[in-house]
Amino acid sequence: MNPLERYAPLVDDREAFFDACERPLPSVVRVNTIRSTPDRARAALDEEGVGYEEVDWNPELLRLDERGPGTSWPYFHGWLHGQEEVSALPAIALDPQPGEKVWDSCAAPGSKTTQLSAMMDDRGVVVGNDNNLGRLSALRHNAERLGVTNLVVTKQDGRNFSLKPFGFDEFDRAIVDAPCSCEGTIRKNPDTLDQWTLEHVHSVSAIQKGILSRAVQATKPGGTVVYSTCTFAPEENEAVIDHVLETEDCEVVAFDCPLESRPGVTEWEDDEYDSSVEQTHRIYPHLNDTGGFYCAKLEVTA
Amino acid sequence: MSDPETDDTGEGSESDEENLRDNVGQRFGRLPATSADREVKGRASREEVVEFFNERFGIEPAVFEDFSFWEKGKGKIWIFAADNPSPVRIEGLGMTVLRTRQEHWKPTHSAVQRFGRHATKNVIDLSPEQAATFARGEDQDLPEWDGDWGYLIAAHELAGEREPVGVALYVYDELRSTVPKGNQEALSVL
Ligand SMILES: C[S@@+](CC[C@H](N)C(=O)[O-])C[C@H]1O[C@@H](n2cnc3c(N)ncnc32)[C@H](O)[C@@H]1O
Repeated sequence: MNPLERYAPLVDDREAFFDACERPLPSVVRVNTIRSTPDRARAALDEEGVGYEEVDWNPELLRLDERGPGTSWPYFHGWLHGQEEVSALPAIALDPQPGEKVWDSCAAPGSKTTQLSAMMDDRGVVVGNDNNLGRLSALRHNAERLGVTNLVVTKQDGRNFSLKPFGFDEFDRAIVDAPCSCEGTIRKNPDTLDQWTLEHVHSVSAIQKGILSRAVQATKPGGTVVYSTCTFAPEENEAVIDHVLETEDCEVVAFDCPLESRPGVTEWEDDEYDSSVEQTHRIYPHLNDTGGFYCAKLEVTA
Repeated sequence: MSDPETDDTGEGSESDEENLRDNVGQRFGRLPATSADREVKGRASREEVVEFFNERFGIEPAVFEDFSFWEKGKGKIWIFAADNPSPVRIEGLGMTVLRTRQEHWKPTHSAVQRFGRHATKNVIDLSPEQAATFARGEDQDLPEWDGDWGYLIAAHELAGEREPVGVALYVYDELRSTVPKGNQEALSVL
């Protein structure tokens, strides 16, 4: 059975959901504002005759007509980075400011990390962490290509991350773009679900709880933590938020989601979650013609 | 701090090269402000690095004012937007910027792409064909250049402005492309 059948009761338009999951994903690039501006990037694409369409909610995102972004002058110059539209959301929810200290706990290959740096005008510090060495080298390559200078790269297990290498002991903000069962990337990788098991969902959920707990602990009181996944499983989304609401000093805060979304669910199978998870966002592929996504924003209370 | 790069024997700060500790590969050490502050053998100073970019390419020292400079491994210099306790064992600290400890210091591809637009000399403006050849990583004959030999910033025009393409090595009427393999690309002639 298609594992996505589990979520049919959660979506309003079952047919549109399954249809969207079968279509390939549009090719989207983000303009790297460390190196260029949306105006110049568009002018360069025009000069080269590469067709695109602006994403209506964000001038920094361009939907390309055809080929991937890899072979164009603005890409060569690090003005563009291939990044799925919905993947731009967590950094926007986090809203990092120039000069702040920000932790990206699961950073590789760095789409969101480099977006955070750009939003901070490449000032302050972004600590990009991952526990996978091969993926970290992709992160390093992307950061170099995009001209990011405010990034510290570490290789630690996010669950017991240590700030010892740094000259500070708490972050202003943190982002947990967690490892997950990736159901929402089905449009990019059609065989994602071949490996799907409920056991994996449960084991990855435990890791997610561990990393998100550490992120709340490592962030200053009043600071912001954003949690995101590219999966539909409530075990990996609302259940993880519900867990940290109980075990750590934090609360869910609402944020304006620029994409059409559905509220987080408070009930799933035999479980019930804190009612505040209704302020978190579920994004299904058919709502905005994107991948599937989940995003929650937390404020650290003590 | 733990993990010091210099001996903490309190034997004074005389800069006897013999007493300087070796540079250690897997950690980042901040560059000393000037060569008089040097504690690690052979390490360039911040002053020398900033001076290099100023002398070779006319990049104003003010451009680098808010950055710190680090060495990881012998002669690999990194530029970081903030500061950090030194030394530190991590995977990355900012962006690579320069190779020292060789006869001619060589700026990195990423450094030239990021900071090259501040350059006022030793920039070679390429035609659309030349720029495409350069981006593919290919060397080309270019006898008409009558400027300096050595490392140059290769640039072209894109979207109405000059944009650095990468680091060129100019010798014997030839312009060699040093664009790293992973960045080489077959691009259109604009
Ligand atoms: C969804 S991906 C991150 C994508 C990245 N944020 C981006 O936007 O390009 C999840 C990452 O978490 C990493 N990861 C898995 N377990 C981890 C752990 N215990 N600590 C830190 N990172 C972990 C994986 O190696 C993977 O790179």
